[in-house]
Amino acid sequence: MMLLTCPNCGARNVSEFRYVGEAKSRPDPETATPEQWRRYLYFHRNPAGWIKETWYHGSGCRRYFGIERNTVDNAQRPAGVTS
Amino acid sequence: MSRARPGGSHRLGARPGEVIDRSRTIEFRWNGVTHTAHPGDTIASALAAAGVRVFARSYKYHRPRGLLTADIFDPGAILQVGDEPNVRAAHRLVEAGMDVRSQNTWPSLRYDVKAVNQLAGRFLATGFYYKTFIKPERLWPTYEKVLRRFVHAGEVSPDSEQPYFDKRYAHPDVLVAGGGPAGMAAAVAAARAGASVMLVEQEHQLGGHLRWGDAEDLRCRDELVAAVEAESNIEVLTDSVVAARYDDNWLAVVQRGLPHVAERLVKARAGTLVVAAGLIERPYVFAGNDLPGVMLSTAVRRLLNLYAVRPGSRAVVFTANPEGDAAAADLRAAGVDVVEVDARHGRTVVRATGRGGVEAVELSDGSRIEADLLVTAVGWTAPTSLLNMSGANPGYRPDAARFVPDPAATPAAVIAVGGIAGDGTRDELVAHADAAGREAAARALALAASRAGSADTRDPVAVPQLGLHHHPELFFALPTGGFVDMSEDVSAKDILTAVKEGYDSSELVKRYTTATMGPAQGKLETVNTVALVAHATGKTIAETGATTWRPMYTPITLGALAGRKFEPVRHSPMQPWHTSHKAAPLIAGQWIRPEHYGDPVAEVRNVRQNVGIIDVTPIGKLDLQGPDVAKLLNLLYVNKWSQLGIGRVRYGVMCAEDGVVLDDGVTGRLAENHYLMSTTSSGAGTVWEWAENWLQTEHPEWQVHVTPVTTAYASINVAGPKSRELLARLTDVDLDNAAFGYMNVRTGTIAGVADCVLWRIGFTGELSYELHVPASYGLHVWETLMATGADLGIAPFGVEAQRILRLEKGHLIVGQDTDGLTKAYSAGLDWAVKLDKPDFVGKPELAWQAARGEHPKLVGLRPLDTSVVPEEAAQIISDGGYIVGRITSSRLSPTLGRPICLGQVDAHLADPGTRLTVRLRNGSDTTVEVTAEHAHFDPEGERQRV
Repeated sequence: MMLLTCPNCGARNVSEFRYVGEAKSRPDPETATPEQWRRYLYFHRNPAGWIKETWYHGSGCRRYFGIERNTVDNAQRPAGVTS
Repeated sequence: MSRARPGGSHRLGARPGEVIDRSRTIEFRWNGVTHTAHPGDTIASALAAAGVRVFARSYKYHRPRGLLTADIFDPGAILQVGDEPNVRAAHRLVEAGMDVRSQNTWPSLRYDVKAVNQLAGRFLATGFYYKTFIKPERLWPTYEKVLRRFVHAGEVSPDSEQPYFDKRYAHPDVLVAGGGPAGMAAAVAAARAGASVMLVEQEHQLGGHLRWGDAEDLRCRDELVAAVEAESNIEVLTDSVVAARYDDNWLAVVQRGLPHVAERLVKARAGTLVVAAGLIERPYVFAGNDLPGVMLSTAVRRLLNLYAVRPGSRAVVFTANPEGDAAAADLRAAGVDVVEVDARHGRTVVRATGRGGVEAVELSDGSRIEADLLVTAVGWTAPTSLLNMSGANPGYRPDAARFVPDPAATPAAVIAVGGIAGDGTRDELVAHADAAGREAAARALALAASRAGSADTRDPVAVPQLGLHHHPELFFALPTGGFVDMSEDVSAKDILTAVKEGYDSSELVKRYTTATMGPAQGKLETVNTVALVAHATGKTIAETGATTWRPMYTPITLGALAGRKFEPVRHSPMQPWHTSHKAAPLIAGQWIRPEHYGDPVAEVRNVRQNVGIIDVTPIGKLDLQGPDVAKLLNLLYVNKWSQLGIGRVRYGVMCAEDGVVLDDGVTGRLAENHYLMSTTSSGAGTVWEWAENWLQTEHPEWQVHVTPVTTAYASINVAGPKSRELLARLTDVDLDNAAFGYMNVRTGTIAGVADCVLWRIGFTGELSYELHVPASYGLHVWETLMATGADLGIAPFGVEAQRILRLEKGHLIVGQDTDGLTKAYSAGLDWAVKLDKPDFVGKPELAWQAARGEHPKLVGLRPLDTSVVPEEAAQIISDGGYIVGRITSSRLSPTLGRPICLGQVDAHLADPGTRLTVRLRNGSDTTVEVTAEHAHFDPEGERQRV
């Protein structure tokens, strides 16, 4: 079980967290086309490398937070650092 | 019962390194015969001391098998002990009174009828799993019965007592896997450098191979063991195994041999993992290599020096290394006649012959030697599992004839020491491990410091690189003789056949032949298998590569993984009353709820005629406060909330971003900036996190505070025409319909309990009040209601009655009448969805669903044959036999005296009056008619508004 670094609580077992998914911006529901909306719902970049994600620390501070994680080796860095 | 000859004919005099306690003798039974042993003996060593040579019959061909490795990996010594199957008899210590039996040898070990399999080889050809017992299909049940009789496994009685399995968490700075000289030296060095250390040894004593070595080895062992014992910072776990390594050094350690505990799983998070697994001796492949009496040099030295057992009287020692030479010397010292065959001088063994055991050995020069023991010392396998699990795949080194890890490819949190890392003298290996142990401590302490926010200021320790000694490559005599995998009965020929049939990679050969898939998981078999594949494909071993090492390092029980039984359940504060009134329990997620109190139909009638109360505590409750709550409600619910007045409640539906119904419930406005939201019982946690998600990520500027209060309140629904009369006796709230109408909320005192919340809502369709009272007063309020309502005919009702009542009213249940594809319009919630709101979760999908108008719809259904209650989930089929819908809810209505249903049907079949065919579970069909409303009873809702 990997460790995940919560910005509030520090490194904790990943079982304390819920994976929300790749960080995405929500299209404007008034103007989004079905194509745009379904890309938001169902399409993921899923790269082998750095990815910006949202996690929820349900068994800790109960905060949602963004983090960048390298899917190859699970290396992590705070969200916002450019790759 | 018979008795074996006392004393044991093969027991030697005292040995300097022996681990048996000769001052005591214990008795145990072996296939019904009583034998003796000394404490410290393994089952196998005690039997070997008594002259037992054959322990088991092999998996496919039922060939006799004896000791090969004399340790936990021994494929020939897997036995049944009492009610426990598959006991590793060369590892498990004998206990007085043990009932040990050979497995799968009906009718007996000596006369095994299934040995006929050797003649019936065509049924067991290479890959026979994929070739035989396939056709005809109708015979599969028969094949299964036949194969079961051949399976090489013990038996567990269904009546056997369930043992206790324990679990523990540990957080050592350094965890050392392996308690040989290198492991002990690394542990001591790490502890002296300030690290907390867990030292895990698979065997019963620390010391590794030093235990069966010479006087110098024993002295070194004593020094290291004393050093380990002197460090209070080292916790030693013997008879334990590091079964697996996962991300960030999350280690599964299984501890055995504890009193009253079958096995304990230690989940350890280590800063640094030191892998000191040593080397495992590799068997040699030649014709007759599975005969009892063919043993590894380490097995012989274990038997001689740990257990004082003479493994034979006339031995051929086939040796290619100093350890083999030492075995020959040990045998001679024990009075065994020894002929050495030195591979380094080009001589090899090509065949062993004998009936039921080795009688003669044939050499490459054509000579033949009579012997009852053939010892092989042809090389080593590095059990690199934990390194592979760390992401470092060792490479093959032909000069050393083994796979060797590359320190550069190993993650920083993992360090290999000892024989697995390289070769050297005992002192060189200890010195290397000492440096590695200090470095392991430094890395672990630096990691802990960085996690605590401090900088890494340590000085790295220089760990010297170990060299490799030359070792001849010896895998098989001829590629056509002998067994590669004795657990699975896979022969060298099978490997060649598999390659010839096109399975030309290690991974394919493994799966096709099952080589390396037995209990030793390749520790004895992998390299020989790879060598044969390489030979057959004309590639090198390095090019061929090994198969993947996966957890577990050593087989462990499923009980250890399952651990302690720990299933938390939730009860409402009224549970003691339910229990004493014989409520039938219903498991609803974690909650245990009353399903009924004996007669759900009577409970339904009483709610319709008098008054009933139901415990609805599991309903999710969220306290919402702040100036922006209405914005949050408008976003989460599909309907509108801006106009909800203080004191009003409204039913709301939530959808996910894909438009699928997520949850429903009512929310009431208690004050200007204070709301109470209810959710479904199962959705309480989900909706809370859902609300937090939107607040924290999309609208952090909104001022809303969400507090889950599900269990802060006990919740009771008081339902029935006499509910107002009952409640009026107990509350200061004005219950007059003009003052407290349908879909309103009030706060007040009930049965003397202040700060209660009353909702006037109607899931049952009757006049009803849902009371939320501070949880610690729940039982008091419940009992007061029961006592106060006696003259009104009050009775409790359970979840089943509530389900009937709500179905009569046509109220849907999210998750029963909807599923993971049901969007709001399909649930018949058209009236609730307000597409003119600027935004809400799931809005675009619902707008598109409405525009298309092709969606399935939830409809009320009335079976025409009133004697048939269709099963829930029964399919609705078209004339052509296609599925066009399904029954989602179905009950016999006590109020109407006929069956009533809800169901989802395709859009063109949803018009009222449409007749549909339902296929019942028994295969017959029945007809239902779509009704105008979901509600079968009181569709105008007059009963709840009185």
